[in-house]
Amino acid sequence: MERTTIVTANDGELDIMITRDFDLTCEELFSAYVEAELIEQWMGTKVLEWEARQMGHYRIQTHDPKGNLAFEASGVIHDLITNERMVRTFEMHNTGLGVQLEFYRFEEFSPEQSRLHMHVLYETVEQRDRVLSMGYRMGIGMAHDRIQNIFSQQSKHS
Amino acid sequence: MNLRRDVFQAIADPTRRAILLLVATQAMTAGSIAAQFDSARPTVSKHLQILTECQLLEQEQRGREMYYLVNPMKMREIADFIEPFRQLWEERFATLERIMKQRRTKK
Repeated sequence: MERTTIVTANDGELDIMITRDFDLTCEELFSAYVEAELIEQWMGTKVLEWEARQMGHYRIQTHDPKGNLAFEASGVIHDLITNERMVRTFEMHNTGLGVQLEFYRFEEFSPEQSRLHMHVLYETVEQRDRVLSMGYRMGIGMAHDRIQNIFSQQSKHS
Repeated sequence: MNLRRDVFQAIADPTRRAILLLVATQAMTAGSIAAQFDSARPTVSKHLQILTECQLLEQEQRGREMYYLVNPMKMREIADFIEPFRQLWEERFATLERIMKQRRTKK
């Protein structure tokens, strides 16, 4: 089974579709999205609040190695059907990116394999395109951090 | 020397790629960029000139200082718009899968 992430975002539209196949049971995949402890592990973030129920609120935070707040996001879970579906809002704080509406569908297509369908809706095309371009900025940002580490190590030696 | 330069030729040089990475997250002056490299100041200036000529970098006057910043529209020509976003998710999903499998063996 080819395990690749498929991202669909048509020009001028308000949404992004993300699909990925997993060598995990549908139950495992679903837990990865609703159990706070697991979310912390795979997302590499700290879960401050996590109410896995309808109209439950959640809040997550990540700090950089210096202890500065690097990322904060929150939202409300609107619908939660075990091993099937989650609908939630998601908003990254202090980014000006606004809120997005996320539909998750957890699909079992064999006893050991599952498929995740993520459908994300934005208020404007511009907002969606900014989120899409974030991958690029983050990628380049991470490379930048690595370069800076190399430079700071060099300056320590010299 | 050609005035119009090819974008791909511009990013083929490792120093120029490093300059783009530096400037990607914050606008910088030529002096502060040059300070990050061992190369002589005129060499760095030459790289900056090439990057500006092919519009990967833009110049902006701030008070008495001239700052260099990345031109995102031009950068889009060298990077598939969606691909880095997809890779970001691919990495996250791979982590998710790995962690869930580790959890299995612990049980």
